[in-house]
Formats: sequence, structure tokens, C-alpha cells
Amino acid sequence: MTLVSGWGRFPVVDSEVLRPRSFEAVGEAVVTGSVARGNGRAYGDAAIGSARTIAMTGFDRVRSFDPATGCIRLEAGVLLSDLIATFGPRGFLPFVVPGTRFVSVGGAIAADVHGKNHHGEGGFGRYVDSILLRTGQGKTIEISREQNSDAFFATVGGMGLTGVILEATMRLRSVETGWIRERVISASDLDAAMRALEASCSATYSVAWIDCVARGRDLGRSLIYLGEHARIDELADGDDRFPAGNNPGLAVPIDLPSMTLNRYSIRAFNELYYRMGARRAGGDHVVSLYPYFFPLDSIKDWNRIYGRRGFLQHQCVIPEAGARDVLGDILDRVSKRGDASFLAVLKKLGHGDGLLSFPLPGYTLALDFPVKGDILNFLDEIDRLVVAAGGRLYLAKDARQSRATFEAGYPALSRFNAIRKSLDPAGNIRSKLSQRLFDEV
Amino acid sequence: MTSRKSVLVLGGSSDIGRAAARAFAKAGYDVALAGRDAAALEPDAADLRARYAIEASTQRFDVLDTASFDGFVAGLPVLPDVVISIIGLLGVQQNAESDLAQATTIIRSNYEGPSLILGLFAEKFLGRGNGTIVGVSSVAGDRGRASNYVYGSAKAGFTAFLSGLRARASRGGVHVVTVKPGFVRTKMTEGMKLIGPLTVDAPVVGDAILAAVEKKTDVVYVSGKWRLVMLIIKALPEAVFKRLKF
Repeated sequence: MTLVSGWGRFPVVDSEVLRPRSFEAVGEAVVTGSVARGNGRAYGDAAIGSARTIAMTGFDRVRSFDPATGCIRLEAGVLLSDLIATFGPRGFLPFVVPGTRFVSVGGAIAADVHGKNHHGEGGFGRYVDSILLRTGQGKTIEISREQNSDAFFATVGGMGLTGVILEATMRLRSVETGWIRERVISASDLDAAMRALEASCSATYSVAWIDCVARGRDLGRSLIYLGEHARIDELADGDDRFPAGNNPGLAVPIDLPSMTLNRYSIRAFNELYYRMGARRAGGDHVVSLYPYFFPLDSIKDWNRIYGRRGFLQHQCVIPEAGARDVLGDILDRVSKRGDASFLAVLKKLGHGDGLLSFPLPGYTLALDFPVKGDILNFLDEIDRLVVAAGGRLYLAKDARQSRATFEAGYPALSRFNAIRKSLDPAGNIRSKLSQRLFDEV
Repeated sequence: MTSRKSVLVLGGSSDIGRAAARAFAKAGYDVALAGRDAAALEPDAADLRARYAIEASTQRFDVLDTASFDGFVAGLPVLPDVVISIIGLLGVQQNAESDLAQATTIIRSNYEGPSLILGLFAEKFLGRGNGTIVGVSSVAGDRGRASNYVYGSAKAGFTAFLSGLRARASRGGVHVVTVKPGFVRTKMTEGMKLIGPLTVDAPVVGDAILAAVEKKTDVVYVSGKWRLVMLIIKALPEAVFKRLKF
């Protein structure tokens, strides 16, 4: 057995990790209590098998690519970082990228990840045409919107619980360059931030960074980052059409003492960050896609900044109607605590595609907290606000929500469970997350 | 046939072989992957074609079947610009100590086969007046250790072969690169206890091989730390070295 954890390094649990080298070996590896794992960037316990974890990153081949249509068939272990570095210079990028490029295609499908364009263009699953799935029952089936569509919509966003995703066919976006024309808007409080996001619905990409330490009049003050794919004629002289991938330069070499992040250091950081951003507000400028989409990827192992005990990311989505009041309430409570850190993100979402896809039309707020003190109780309180407003939590980030919170947030759960049961009657596919939230006990 | 340069990777199904193939394909080379099971290499060839819009093919090659080598070289559709041997067999030292068949296979897989096939390519390249030969040897060949001296001695022989070949071939416009990867996370080392700071992933080795070919480097320690480590290990007096348990 091996100690395994997600990106948040909480919880850390025992699971046998197997690294099969062929699809046949994947089939043989699936025993009762298995789940697939991609690059381990789910924060909590989603990619840890209750008994056995099947590591899929060895399956990193592209099977075919058609430059005329952007259609690509690939194995599930291919990382988005690899796709971007390989196909970016040829003028193609994934339609949807989350906040890190170090995720596998299989993981991105299983979590139906969203990016800064979800409000207009939907999530990762929308650009997936078909999936080769190895079910818990031992069948290998091709699933799509037309063929085995129940299994398809259960697998997109299904957290790996319908089986092991082996391959997928998806579409890539044709781009002229690997650069983004960015506009920064500074918003002095939450109302201004939400107005700015609302007003910029037509922007391809939009996201707000929120200073969740700011209080009172400044509550919810934000920097909003809008982005469009830059055309070739917008690049500065001497810029390559596609920027070089910045491999992580900085690294966090050790677990920092958990006191490193405290209300004073976070306040100082956020103050500086807000002021520097506000100075850039106004005109458009062209930035590389790497810092625009993946600001934290340039710091290797940034999860260690929260110390040995790990951290929790709380990401909720609140339906549009009640969003302003609930978000204000949450931010007010968080700012009073003062220990939520610099990664606080507010973003508008649209409809999700899969039965358990996280997005729904409204606003999502993501907050990071170190694991210490009464944080679990505090987050339970926040969850009650989320549930009361008809919202839900993102399973890919979750390590601690209750069954009640989960069941309230995902009305399609019973439908999902029925499909899962038909694909895996014996219940072989089980993760630590499914044990916590799905499985009969 | 294309106007691109071409590379032949012997041991194309290994993790380092796949990584080297990707590095060269990315740099615009056509690639031929060779291994015992050519059909099993086809998905990797398809991967290279899809990623890099180059030509990629597969060839059957068995390093233990030395009698087939002349025919293998003569049967290639094109004599490559670069040939890389990544073939190696770690084996199990404890078994090789008493099982002569096992020891013979380790020695032949790491020394005899790779040396003979690269020697054949050297003749062809010298006849043409250009070409690059890359042999992936091992830091284990720098000094025989109690824990893996059958493998290590075969690698030592391979390293010496490459060294001599380089001296001879360089006068004829042919360059020879010796690569000593150190610890690499691969199928071969899965389950072994590797020392983190001295361990690299296969793509790092692939990129290092491409860089060595382009810069005409003679001997490459993929991680510079290994050059230092082996310098120290080689400098230890035998009386001290023989007491070490590794």
C-alpha cells in the first residue's frame, strides 16, 4: 500500500497504486474498490481508489489528428500541458483549460473541468465527441451523445465512477497565436465586480480575482481579467507566434511552516497584488497564454505553501438570482477569519453538460484555506448558505462536504446512480470520494 | 521519402526510446522505431505522425539475433542520419550470479548486440561520409558494483566500444555519442528505490540525446550531478570500495 493524496494533500490515505501498461492490464487491475487517477490534480479524494488506484499517465499517446477539423483522438493520460506544447505551435489549443495545465484528458473529462470561458463556451465535456470506457463490469465500450448516451452524460463529470476512461475523441480550437489580448478591470467592491463580469459576458474569457481579506467598504474588491485570443497582427515585433512554455522556474522546495500564511502576510500580499493590478487596468495588452490561463503553474509544488497538513479548496456555485447576497455573506465571514489565501476566484458559469457536472448558471467562488483549527466547522457553515441558495460544491476540489450537502446540490444524482449501477452492477469502481458521498454503507 | 533528416531508434518501445523518438520528431526528423515486436510499436509511430506531421515507421529488430544484423541494415528503406541504441536489460543480478544463461543474456543484450549493430551502422555511415551514432550506456559501467556487476560490466564494455568507435569514426565525419542516463523513472526501474535528486524522467533523457546529437557532444551524463557522483565513486580506492554495500 502507498500513501496517496490529492493536490490539497488532505486527506492522505492508503491505497494500492498500480501502473498498468496496456488496456488489457487496466482491465485486469480493476478489482472491487478501484478508480482511475490521472495527474493527481483533483484536490481531495476523488482520484484515490478505496482499495486500488489505477495510475493512467503512462497512456500518453495521440492516436490521430486531423488538422483540417482539429479533431483529435488520444489516450486518457495525455496531459493538457503536452497538448498545448505539441499542438499550440501548429495553431490548435484545447477549447477549455482549467487553472492548471497539468491535468490529464481523462481527469478533465471526469471532472468536466471548466475554464475562464464557461459562461459562453461551456465546459471540457462539450468538446468531447466520444469516449472509450472500460466499465466496472469489464466491458470496453465507445460512448458518445449518440451511442450509449446515458453512459456518456454520466461519464462527463462523473468523477471516474462509471469506469476507466481509456481514450477520447475531442475537438481542438484553431488559433492564430498562443497569445491573449488581456484587459484588466479594477472593481472596488463585490457589486462592482459582479457588474463588471455581467457586462463582459461577450468576452471569450473572464475571471475575477477577489481580495478576500478586504473588509467593510472594500468587501469583494476585485481585479477582473478579460481575454481574447490575439491575432497575428496584434503581436509585438519579434514575438513568436506561439510563446515558449515556461516550465516552472520557482519551486516551493519544502513544506512551509503553517504559520507562513497568516492574516498579516495575506493582507500584505493582497494589498500589493491589488494595487499592481489596478495600475494595469484600462487598456488592452497582449500576454502569453501561460500566465493568463495558468498563473500558478509557474510555481512548482505551490501546494506546499500551506504546510504539511495540507489545504482545502472550497469552490461553490450559487444560482444567479440569489448570488449577490450569498456571496456577500460568505465573503464577509471569510474576511473576518482572515485566513483564506490569495487564490480567491469569482467567475460566471453557464450550464453544465454532464449529469454531475459542477457548473450551473450563476457565480462560482473558490477559496483556499489551510487545514487547521476549526476550518471544517467553518466550511460546514458556509455549505449551509450554499445549499439554502440552491448551490453546490465542485467534487474535483472537495475533500470534506457532507452527504446532505452533496445530495441537495446534485438533483440528477439518482439518475446518475442508476446508470452507474447498470455499468457496474457489482460496484467495482469505488473511490474514497464515492465511499464518502455516493456508496451505500 | 522526404527531405527531412531521419533517425532510427533501436529499442523503440522503451520509455527512453519513446522519449527520444518524440524529441527527434518534434525537431523535424522522420523516425523509424525498431523492436522485437514491430506491430506493438505501431501505436507509438502513429503518435509521432499525429503529433509532429512527420513520417514514422516500425521495424522488427532483435538484439540477440546477431545473425540477422546484416540483413536488417541492408533491408532498411533508407539509411538514417542518426541511429540510437537504447537497448538494455537490467536482469536480476542474484540470478545471473549462478544462472549462466541469464548472465549471458544480460551481457549479450547490453554489450554484444548493441556494439555489433552500431559497428555495422558505423561502416555504412563512414562509407557515406556522415552520420551520428548514439549508444545509451550506463553510469553502472563506470565501476563494477557488487549489486549489479554483470549488467555494469556489459555496459562498461559497451562504453569502451563506443569510445574506440568515436576515435576512429570521427576522422571519417561520423560522430559517436555515449549517453549515461543515471537513474530514470521507467518501466525498467519501476519498484526500485531511486534517489530523488539523482533521478530524471524519460523525456529529459530524450531531450538530452537530441541536444547531444545537435551539439556533437561526446559523452553525456544526463544529470551533471552523476558526473560528480561517478567521479567520486571511480576515485575510491579498491580497498574501500569493496566494503561498500551498493
